Amino acid sequence: MNQERWDWNTMIPVLVKAITDTATMVGLALGFTIIFGLIVGVLLVSTDDDGILAAPFGSRRLGRALHAVIGFLVNIGRSLPFIILMVLIIPFTKLLVGTFIGPIAAAVPLTVAAIPFFARLVEIALREVDHGLVEAAKSLGASKLTIVWKVLLAEGRPSIVLGLSTSVISLLNYSAIAGLIGAGGIGDIAIRYGYQRYQEDYLLITTLMLIVIVQVVQLVASGVAKKLSHR
Amino acid sequence: MTSSGAPTQSGRRLRVRKNHVITITDLHKSYPARGANGTVEALKGIDLEVRAGEIFGVVGTSGAGKSTLIRCVNLLERPSSGHITVDGQDLTTLTDAELRLARQGIGMVFQHFNLLSSRTVQQNVEFGLEIMGVPRLERHSRAAEILALVGLADRASAYPSQLSGGQKQRVGIARALAGNPKVLLSDEATSSLDPETTDSILELLRDLNRKLGLTILLITHEMEVVKKICDSAALIEDGRIVETGNVIDLLNTPGSKIAHALFPLGESNGTPGNTVVEIMYAGHLSDEPIVAKLSRSFGIDVNILGAAVELVGGHRVGRMRLELPGTVESNRVPIETLKESGLFVEVLAA
Repeated sequence: MNQERWDWNTMIPVLVKAITDTATMVGLALGFTIIFGLIVGVLLVSTDDDGILAAPFGSRRLGRALHAVIGFLVNIGRSLPFIILMVLIIPFTKLLVGTFIGPIAAAVPLTVAAIPFFARLVEIALREVDHGLVEAAKSLGASKLTIVWKVLLAEGRPSIVLGLSTSVISLLNYSAIAGLIGAGGIGDIAIRYGYQRYQEDYLLITTLMLIVIVQVVQLVASGVAKKLSHR
Repeated sequence: MTSSGAPTQSGRRLRVRKNHVITITDLHKSYPARGANGTVEALKGIDLEVRAGEIFGVVGTSGAGKSTLIRCVNLLERPSSGHITVDGQDLTTLTDAELRLARQGIGMVFQHFNLLSSRTVQQNVEFGLEIMGVPRLERHSRAAEILALVGLADRASAYPSQLSGGQKQRVGIARALAGNPKVLLSDEATSSLDPETTDSILELLRDLNRKLGLTILLITHEMEVVKKICDSAALIEDGRIVETGNVIDLLNTPGSKIAHALFPLGESNGTPGNTVVEIMYAGHLSDEPIVAKLSRSFGIDVNILGAAVELVGGHRVGRMRLELPGTVESNRVPIETLKESGLFVEVLAA
């Protein structure tokens, strides 16, 4: 096949579609990852020794069990290569979305893979929060929910934002692999056009796009984290 | 039996007197020991009463259990056994929700301030009010009011990281007092501050105690704190209170460890064979020329081995170690005379 290189008229629609697909799957996955990752991260920290949920319903044993189970599940999620995880949960994805093809369906395995990753980063961020602050809040009569919301998450915000940018970049990474099962997206174009059809113009432009996106994400996150941090 | 309705004191029953804001009864606290089996007993049966409107200092070396003690008062640590009554309420019997409400009436300040770095000074002070559900406008005006009281009105929009240690502790105090608590607990509030800043914070606490009628329970390892602001004090050693009482009374108590620590008289113990006595005096007696009188009346050469006169809680108080020539026997009359004149005399050595 002898195709013309750098033909913007054909390239632009392909790239726009790729960006839209990537944005859809990464955006959707990111939304759910933030919600569930924060919850799991908070649970990881608060069910540990000295945590505010160390003894739910007055039972330290229950707290310990909860901590162990959540930690175990998170580790499973972290230990599977994304491509395997994606294939493994195809039935679950079908159940949830009705299909396993397309960017929306791809958001499911992306979310499942990103939650444990982000949760561990949230855990690290929350562990950095001085336990004295939790005690001060307790001494003022704060409830557990207030402590989570106004102390742990508020104080951990700068680190959480940095963790979030790392997670976004990981999601971008995974989304290219998701292209293998028909999710579309930037990575998919790079592989199909760049690798399988030897069209180095697509390979170059998608690489460039990924580099720019990652740089912008990191730059924005660092800026926001700096702005939020008053330490 | 009294008619006030207070339970009678039978054995270890609760005894809560009306003018006592904090009553601690037979408090025990044990931790599981690290590594090995068994437990570490941090508190071994503490009884303590803090009167309304006083500043009560618990002193002790690190590891004596004073930090555990103060953290038990608002149940940041749950006692293994015993009762803690604050403002008429036995905290150990409360549900979680009731305890949170009770804590809103007990302010606490910390050695490391524990301010939220993500919040401004004003927002830190408002934190407790948010928890109490105070409306926004009221929070603002209350925060402004209390910040003015601690002398930080102009730093309301600063972040804690922009403040000095002393300023941070002022914010800590403002945050603790914003909700108008009856009691303030101070966990080594001045221990990470330099001497001058310590003085200014102590002055502030004394001031708030007088202006607001605030009862303060503080723990410290610095005798200076007791000397400067405490009305009453207790000495804690190895999980037990070994001495407690009004500071002036303690100073007049022979053999008081607190008094000795407040007024170190040095190591000079006189010559063997002579009599060494320590005398303590408070109030009007400190104006009398004791040593001169002793020499004149009995014609003996009194040697001053050590002496200290200081202001304690606004009272002039002194301790003196004197060496009298001859044995205790031969000095019986002068010693009796000293005792009769209202001084507290302790014969140390012969």
